Amino acid sequence: MKAQRFDLVPLALLAAVTLGAAALIGTPSTWVTLTVAGLAMGLLIFIMASGLTLVFGLMDVMNFAHGVFIAVGAYVAASAMKAFGGGLAALAPAMLGAMLVAGALGLFFERVIIRPVYGQHLKQILITTGGLIVAEQLIHVVWGPDLLPLERPEALRGALLFGDVALERYRLAAVVVGLAIFAALLVVLNRTKLGLLIRAGVENGEMVEAMGYRIRRLFVGVFVVGSALAGLGGALWGMYQEAVTVHIGAQMMVLIFIVIIIGGLGSVTGCFVGALLVGLMANYVGYLSPKIALGSNILLMVIILLWRPRGLYPVGKA
Amino acid sequence: MIRTLLSGDLPRSRVLTCLLVAIFLCLALAPFLFPGTRSLDVAARVCVFILLVASYDLLLGYTGIVSFAHTMFFGIGGYGVAIAIARLEPSWSAVGVGAAAAILVSLALSFVIGLFSLRVKAIFFAMITLAVASFFAILASQLSGFTGGEDGITFRVPEALRVRLTAYYVVFGASLALFLALLRVVNSPFGRVLLAIRENEFRAEALGYRTVTYRTLANSLGALVATLAGVLYALWLRYTGPNTTLDFSIMIDILLMVVIGGMGTMYGAVIGATLFVVAQNYLQEAMKVLSGALKGVPLLPDLFHPDRWLLWLGVLFVISVYKFPTGIVGYLRRR
Repeated sequence: MKAQRFDLVPLALLAAVTLGAAALIGTPSTWVTLTVAGLAMGLLIFIMASGLTLVFGLMDVMNFAHGVFIAVGAYVAASAMKAFGGGLAALAPAMLGAMLVAGALGLFFERVIIRPVYGQHLKQILITTGGLIVAEQLIHVVWGPDLLPLERPEALRGALLFGDVALERYRLAAVVVGLAIFAALLVVLNRTKLGLLIRAGVENGEMVEAMGYRIRRLFVGVFVVGSALAGLGGALWGMYQEAVTVHIGAQMMVLIFIVIIIGGLGSVTGCFVGALLVGLMANYVGYLSPKIALGSNILLMVIILLWRPRGLYPVGKA
Repeated sequence: MIRTLLSGDLPRSRVLTCLLVAIFLCLALAPFLFPGTRSLDVAARVCVFILLVASYDLLLGYTGIVSFAHTMFFGIGGYGVAIAIARLEPSWSAVGVGAAAAILVSLALSFVIGLFSLRVKAIFFAMITLAVASFFAILASQLSGFTGGEDGITFRVPEALRVRLTAYYVVFGASLALFLALLRVVNSPFGRVLLAIRENEFRAEALGYRTVTYRTLANSLGALVATLAGVLYALWLRYTGPNTTLDFSIMIDILLMVVIGGMGTMYGAVIGATLFVVAQNYLQEAMKVLSGALKGVPLLPDLFHPDRWLLWLGVLFVISVYKFPTGIVGYLRRR
């Protein structure tokens, strides 16, 4: 990978979208607010999507039930916030709880649902959709069918004012957390032996196995971490919206699919750029002409696929 | 005679034959066997869903492609008729105009989606269709001036259809005719090529069949029939809205019906849709009784709560995919 130069064109596209929006929106303060909101949304989507794209790259498995981990994370966080009093101190147990439960669910899912259908795409789609149905119903059984409030801690409410630019505290916090997770993922993937194996596995799994590494075990690890991240993302997203319903996962899945298709299936960097693009687009277009907000993302996907049919950062197999 | 009607594709199992004949007779004589508005409504729903599920099976079971946009075409049919009647007048010509417009839109859309994404992996197609379908659902609820938004459109049907009995037999007859037409398609040389593509795409291509063309055609044909099913459903309900046509849960229902009934055979659609719609309407009552009986036991009453009927069908779905990949029909035929 060292020999290849890092492809800067997608980043230029990102910059072009941001600047183009600045020209269209006009008022700088609105533009800054929207950009921060877009970045926050994009980074939260990235947290949820990163696991899915890695799982696909590594094992050629597409999990249509990924949204369940998001929903479970959000519900666990809502319960934990309530149990611990809802202050800033409750944030840590809520987030950890969301990650733990979603991760454990991921382990169960990999063992029971996905393991028997490796290598069979059609069955994977069917079986994970089945898992989605059952899991959504079980969420109903455990938490009831009603909308659950998920309130932000006092310290994260309200906005900071810089001159005439208002920035919501929670969005800033989401940007910080998202960037930290992206940095951590990059360090693990690029600077550790484990990351080397994962990248090699995405590139050419058979070769890694031939060298004596158990790619299966690696895969389980990635699946569990991906699920835990989805849980965390769900918790953060639920808090972003201040309410949780069972549909939170299914709603996000559409955006997540768009993101990982745009980014190139299996690529973490692509997922990152794609998530930022989608998040920014959603907020800019949502402001400029709200009626076509989601349509803009579909349009974005179509244009990018016309330009690069395998996504922004195509990965070995795909 | 029967052999020609069924295009030579006989049930090939005694139990299955009995079931199919029973379902056919029940549907054909529904207004007389089961008087009452509700049971007639259930019967009409069964007819429409058999057609819808059969057209989906053309994609999933025969061609091996997973689409999440089938409800979109169903919805286009419903909205086509509803908008045409609401704008023009409750006459047959308005129905014709609406249906024709809906068919054109569906064909164009399915052609574009197919051309775009059928060249690549099944997973890719599934994800693209999911995105497009959810976009369409949002579009329908946003353009409220045109589609009635979340409330949908309630409209008056042509004079003749205002009698429930006539309306039912129109739905039944059209569904039956279209179902037999689908049976004809899958048993034609075209259908054989689709099966070949499902089994081994590479080999089918090597034999000289343009797989992309065949898949795109199958996709468009499935979309066409789904649109017609949408037209029938709208005419029956005299209403079209996001919840009756475009909702993702209906897509999930269709998947459940196809897989539980049996993929890769049109009869699977009959069994699956009948079982599902009947369960949807009557299983809840059984569960209410069961849930009441289990009162006091922890957790169990919640698991058997009437609203949780989908949980059990979901479990059945997962078991079907693992253990009975050919569904109920495949199981009956194997015995």
